[in-house]
Amino acid sequence: MKITINTFIALSFLLVGTVSFAAGNVKLDSVDIDVSDHESLQRGAKTFINYCMGCHSLSYQRYNRMADDIGINIDQLKENLIFTTDKNGKKSKDGALMKITMQKDYTEKAFGVAPPDLTVIARSNGTNWLYTYLRSFHKDEKSATGFANTVKIVSMPNVLWQLQGEQVLDKKTGKFSISKLGLQTPKEFDATIKDLVTFLSYTGEPIQQTRKTLGIWVLLFMLIFTIVAYFLKKEYWRDIH
Amino acid sequence: MMSKILNWIDLRYPLTSTWEQHLSKYYAPKNFNFWYYFGSLALLVLVIQIVTGIFLAMHFKPDAATAFASTEYIMRDVPWGWLVRYMHSTGASMFFIAIYLHMFRGLIYGSFKKPRELLWVIGMLIYVALMAEAFMGYLLPWGQMSYWGGQVIISLFGAIPAIGEPLALWIRGDFVIADATLNRFFAFHVIAIPLILVILVFVHIIALHKVGSNNPDGVNIKEHKDKNGVPLDGIPFHPYYTLKDIVGIGVFMMIFFAIVFFAPEMGGYFIEHANFIPANPMATPEHIAPLWYFTPFYAILRAVPDKFMGVVAMGAAIMILFALPWIDRGKVLSIRYRSVAYKVLIAIFVISFFVLGYLGMQPATATMTLIAQIASIAYFGFFIALFFISKNEKTGEVPKRVT
Repeated sequence: MKITINTFIALSFLLVGTVSFAAGNVKLDSVDIDVSDHESLQRGAKTFINYCMGCHSLSYQRYNRMADDIGINIDQLKENLIFTTDKNGKKSKDGALMKITMQKDYTEKAFGVAPPDLTVIARSNGTNWLYTYLRSFHKDEKSATGFANTVKIVSMPNVLWQLQGEQVLDKKTGKFSISKLGLQTPKEFDATIKDLVTFLSYTGEPIQQTRKTLGIWVLLFMLIFTIVAYFLKKEYWRDIH
Repeated sequence: MMSKILNWIDLRYPLTSTWEQHLSKYYAPKNFNFWYYFGSLALLVLVIQIVTGIFLAMHFKPDAATAFASTEYIMRDVPWGWLVRYMHSTGASMFFIAIYLHMFRGLIYGSFKKPRELLWVIGMLIYVALMAEAFMGYLLPWGQMSYWGGQVIISLFGAIPAIGEPLALWIRGDFVIADATLNRFFAFHVIAIPLILVILVFVHIIALHKVGSNNPDGVNIKEHKDKNGVPLDGIPFHPYYTLKDIVGIGVFMMIFFAIVFFAPEMGGYFIEHANFIPANPMATPEHIAPLWYFTPFYAILRAVPDKFMGVVAMGAAIMILFALPWIDRGKVLSIRYRSVAYKVLIAIFVISFFVLGYLGMQPATATMTLIAQIASIAYFGFFIALFFISKNEKTGEVPKRVT
């Protein structure tokens, strides 16, 4: 045991920085999101809860906090957005964390790895990464799920195929083209993903809007404080040459 | 009434005399410039870290199973927890910025030279304690960078011949970084090291007030006193420098809060992106880099091909600073009156430090490693060259009084 661990550490030490993975090589599309856009956040929340939350939890996010922040009331929340159950099998309470019921050992068996919690995924991977990743699934017969992804090799199935349809990758140009239309046009699909990414950016840091608004007042206070302090100092230092 | 109370206290505790000795009748040179703000600013950040740290410790769980979640709990469910946490994480980096500038001030104005050698050594001890404090604190949020950064650094102890592996095992309390490591690092981070830091800072100030502050001219103000024994170029620390430092604090806090409120991650330099992924002992991140304030030394470590020699070089890069008062043999204190050769050396030192700092964040390719090797030689070369050129340096005329 000890030898393997030491070798492992030594190896990871040697590899520090010398290996760059595929993820770094794909040029990411940039997305301009607005976390104060309530409608976008609501659409994103709906997409997340309908398509992602079967497997991915938001274990640090509470339902009612989300409802408050994205501008929906508790009744709407309970009716339309809570589909999970607590450990007694009852519908999750509105103050509950957005955990999922799927068991980790089951998902590990089914997918090889447990689907990660996505509460702070936008902070680790960035919104551009998410935006590009979610739009980069394409047909690949060799893959177990029938789809591959150019951004990252994952065992995640292409869960949004219904909306996007099927796209193929032109290996020469690296560009995608739709081979089978889904429920949405490519433009609509991009907008759906943008909303989803906006929502994930929100869950990554729910306070971010308040933080910026408050920051302006704090800086204004510090500015006035500094000006007063400066003139006080000047007054006292008048006689020092 | 007030004087009666004061009298009562003074008979029992040296309140007035302490106040006079260290503030109202502590005479500091009147010509302090920009560089002299960072001592008081470092003290301010220490207070911020302690106060925010107390509140974080109320909600944080030092347990491998819940540490990451409790950090997010602080960010979401604890009222103002996000502000306290961002102030603490920003404070960590700002502490090092203040300390590095404070040390650089000492370097260029010769504040480590006689009679301030011990003051410098105590300051270096504070710096080393601060590095330990920052390193242990960074493990606590239990993200991927906390975990793997810690893994890499602690495994360095393993490179020491014979005792290395048992030592690393003893530090971790487990074969890999685990719950035991987190729990003990928490204890060190919130009790042991802060206590040492506070005591050392106190001793640092006592040592300073014994020998008196240096100044940008490197002139000893105690050589010219009036008939009352007050230095002619000295002014009472209070109210003059207390008020001046408050202006510095105002400017500093504007920068501090601009980061806290508008860019708390500082583009991944203050809070690394990968640290938002919970620690996973089974998955090594593609790129492990310590936070920016350690990267110059990390680059030196990686520049040496042999792991043990790398550790030695990294340790030496820090330890050599302790010896600075005996390496620089020049009699003139301030850079203002020193030779061109000295100024060139300082420039090389600063450049090498920045280059190493940058390289320590980057993946180590062959070219990067070569540059890191050159920069490492420049870093150590500075001290060696300084030792020789400072012996018989051609210096300018030092004024009798401050300018």
